[in-house]
Amino acid sequence: MSVAERLRARTPTRRWVGLGVAAAGWFAAYELNRPLWDWLLFDVVGLDPESRLGSGVHFFCYDSVKIALLLVGIIFVVTVLRSFMSVERTRALLGGKREGVGNVMAAGLGVITPFCSCSAVPAFIGFVAAGVPLGVTMSFLISSPLINEVAIALLFGMFGIGPTLMYVGAGLTIAIIAGLVLGRLKVERWVEPFVFETRLGGQLIDSTLGLSWDDRIQIGIEEVGTILRKIWPYLLVGIGLGAAIHGWAPEDFFTSYAGASNPFAVLIAVLIGIPLYSNAAGIMPLVQALHDKGLPMGTLLAFMMAVVALSLPELILLRRVLRPQLIATFVGVVGAGIIAVGYLFNAVIGT
Amino acid sequence: MKIKVLGPGCANCVNLERVTREAVATMGLDAQIEKVTDFAAIVGYGVMRTPALVVDEKVVLSGRVPTAAAVRELLESLAS
Repeated sequence: MSVAERLRARTPTRRWVGLGVAAAGWFAAYELNRPLWDWLLFDVVGLDPESRLGSGVHFFCYDSVKIALLLVGIIFVVTVLRSFMSVERTRALLGGKREGVGNVMAAGLGVITPFCSCSAVPAFIGFVAAGVPLGVTMSFLISSPLINEVAIALLFGMFGIGPTLMYVGAGLTIAIIAGLVLGRLKVERWVEPFVFETRLGGQLIDSTLGLSWDDRIQIGIEEVGTILRKIWPYLLVGIGLGAAIHGWAPEDFFTSYAGASNPFAVLIAVLIGIPLYSNAAGIMPLVQALHDKGLPMGTLLAFMMAVVALSLPELILLRRVLRPQLIATFVGVVGAGIIAVGYLFNAVIGT
Repeated sequence: MKIKVLGPGCANCVNLERVTREAVATMGLDAQIEKVTDFAAIVGYGVMRTPALVVDEKVVLSGRVPTAAAVRELLESLAS
């Protein structure tokens, strides 16, 4: 029996009590995290909080636990809420919508629809075959990976509500505008012809119909397990690098190369970020450490967006339905949007 | 019984095939399991979230990897 099955409640009372106990345990662990490591590393082990080793090790331990807790909490809540939405329903909502309104809706739905970029190709074919305009489909496919629940959780935990809202707002704007631009460019000629010839067969099954609360909770627990199993190596490498930067990198090392004084910093950060394949979980600890070293928020957000929104494996998958010209245009338009957002944030808020 | 696992070959699709084979083996079911990786064929079933499971040409599950026990339950209800 899997963990999720063993945790499955048998009665409604046990279900809600179980959830309540889990939530209380989560908050307690989150609150106790810092005092626990302060006590263990500085008082028991006797590390010096001011030393490089001490602050590096403390950063690593404290951050690993904090990030793991945030991920478990947010992924669970988001997955349960998203179980009320489905790609099938999103497509039905977008069918017959004109460009403009359609792009705005598609970008918003991209955030709340449960979707993994491994389904990008069947969803693309399904949307286009159902008559959703190409630009509107693109808005959905851009916003879905760009505005990522893991990134929202971590940004909120590390930087608070301001940068989190900035990130969501910027992501929506990029998805809407890039979709509008791609729609205007009449890129249909660069879509593999079989996409337009595909006929939707079979009955549509809406995978969310008829789910009980127990099912949704179980899906949430399963999803937490699936995502954590997938991202923990990235996470540990990210936190390790973050700790190294935190404890060892000279104070002005990064600011002298990529600080506010370098006008090309955002551009370079995005160009480095596009081919990099990681996920928000691996990138955020790095972003936090670099921010502590004085790098501007706009540059860091642009870097993170480039990493999560555009990745080589996803582009290779999309090649099955899109011609290279369209993939290049797609990367160009989205990349330009991310760069613009980076410069805008740097100009408005600085560091 | 003809079972098809729809998916382009991502990690989730491999997992779904594994739990399905597990379920079929523990049930001692006489079933053929086939992988469908062609996107046009996948969408032809109306599936937009991979992986998906098709039993006797009917989509029974899409968009998530269930446990082997859940697949067994599903196949039992279809077999009877």
